[in-house]
Amino acid sequence: MTIAFEGVRYGYAGARQPALDGIDLVLHSGSVLGVVGANESGKSTLCLVAAGLAPATIAGRLDGTVTIDGLSTAGARPYELAQRCGVLFQNPVTQLSGTASTVWEEVAFAPRNLGLALDDVVDRVELALADLGIGGLAARDPQRLSGGQAQLVALAGVIALRPPYLVLDEPTSQLDPRGTNLVSDILAGLVEATGAGILIVEHKTDLLARMANRIAVLETGRVVAEGPGKEVLADPRLEDWGISPPSGIRIARAAAAAGVSVPEVAA
Amino acid sequence: MSAAEAAGPGPRGVALACESVGFVYPDGTQALEAVDLAVAPGARVALVGQNGSGKSTLVRHFNGLLRATRGRVMVDGREVGVRHVAELARLVGVVFQNPDRQIFSGRVRAEVAFGARNVGLSGHALEERVVAALTTVGLESNIDDNPYDLGYSKRKLLALASILAMETPAVVLDEPTTGQDARGVARVQAIVAGLASAGRTVIAISHDMRFVAETFERVVVMRAGMVVLDGSPAEVFAEPSWPVLASTYLEPPLAARVGAAAGLGSTPSESSLIEGLAARA
Repeated sequence: MTIAFEGVRYGYAGARQPALDGIDLVLHSGSVLGVVGANESGKSTLCLVAAGLAPATIAGRLDGTVTIDGLSTAGARPYELAQRCGVLFQNPVTQLSGTASTVWEEVAFAPRNLGLALDDVVDRVELALADLGIGGLAARDPQRLSGGQAQLVALAGVIALRPPYLVLDEPTSQLDPRGTNLVSDILAGLVEATGAGILIVEHKTDLLARMANRIAVLETGRVVAEGPGKEVLADPRLEDWGISPPSGIRIARAAAAAGVSVPEVAA
Repeated sequence: MSAAEAAGPGPRGVALACESVGFVYPDGTQALEAVDLAVAPGARVALVGQNGSGKSTLVRHFNGLLRATRGRVMVDGREVGVRHVAELARLVGVVFQNPDRQIFSGRVRAEVAFGARNVGLSGHALEERVVAALTTVGLESNIDDNPYDLGYSKRKLLALASILAMETPAVVLDEPTTGQDARGVARVQAIVAGLASAGRTVIAISHDMRFVAETFERVVVMRAGMVVLDGSPAEVFAEPSWPVLASTYLEPPLAARVGAAAGLGSTPSESSLIEGLAARA
């Protein structure tokens, strides 16, 4: 079971250059694929294309194929895509529906649209809120949250959808270190318990070092490296691609350059 | 980019201070308990703490967006309560966490010009200021673009440029590195250094402890609306402070933990760690 990109080129309507330019990439169920790259390298577009939102709702030209468990996104209906893949946008405020007056209703928005029984919706919402430690926000107005809170609420909405695949564009960018660790634990738990496949865009390579099975590096719309997470994060070209290696690797390299040894500490 | 280019020829910094500041939102949420903080003109201060600890609430007091429900907030030696918002806007520029709460123009040039025009610039001087600010953040080639055609990381830099163009004596940055790649983070570091070397006061909120340790001379840690640690990175990230950091779910940067494990004392930055290891070798 996979989301598979084959020879994918994607250009936004009116854009001179394609945002993605020949992508071959596979996300397997039960695994985490980390995506890194400099700003404007195509990471967010990759998310939109993986979930089929582009070109279905975001106008542009798709060449090649993206399939979710064999379903081509090009001809798929929105509900077929929503049943298979949940998406978290980079800016959580854009994600919030704007139709809900409470956080609880906001998180219920997506599962409700699946046409589930009310009891099931309630269970999913309560569980997602509890997992992310935001049960206390349930009665709050979604438009009056801090950046970090909005990001957790938006993620709760995706988790409550319980999709087989999750596509997450910098899900921890506005979170404090505790929230970041919480999200990585919950995502790891989802993969373990439900066999979900997760595509996650992150600048925090320390986080990817812990959770990504494989990592793909994007540069100007192309995959320039892809492989097991540990190997890719140790690639000496990482900084040339505009990516900061994990702290442990940075320190080990600086120490080696200075000719000194570094004691081991727990990550 | 030179320090002078980053900061422009603007005014020197101003002092910012809070005296027992408390703040309760209209819905009853107590965001600040009692904050005491004195920031000298030209200081470079990082404000850290978990989500909801009151960081963003606190900095909104410095330009009058919020008014303390208890205590006093001082800008340049005068209480903000007696100042007009327009006057505060000339003194303290605040770059919001979410650029989309700040950006409203249809062109990058107009967006950056808005604040600078409101502090009295026009004509050629205004255009020069706009170009300089965009060059500082690396968006000079985007001057005629629509802000919403830019990616999130560039919109963050655009919001920063709009405040830089006002050349306020104090600049507050709310999570400036969010969504930035390694080059973007380095650019923000250079901008902070440039502002500081021009004598401006800089306060930045961040969750990235490595960025904090490598960029600021002072770190203020907040927990539940109070300041719980306040000192240099070497002090705040030293081993004796770790329990307090842990009480608000913060971890020192890896360099500090490696330095402690090596018995080097406090090495909050990667360069201080490597220097410490080399000096001992």
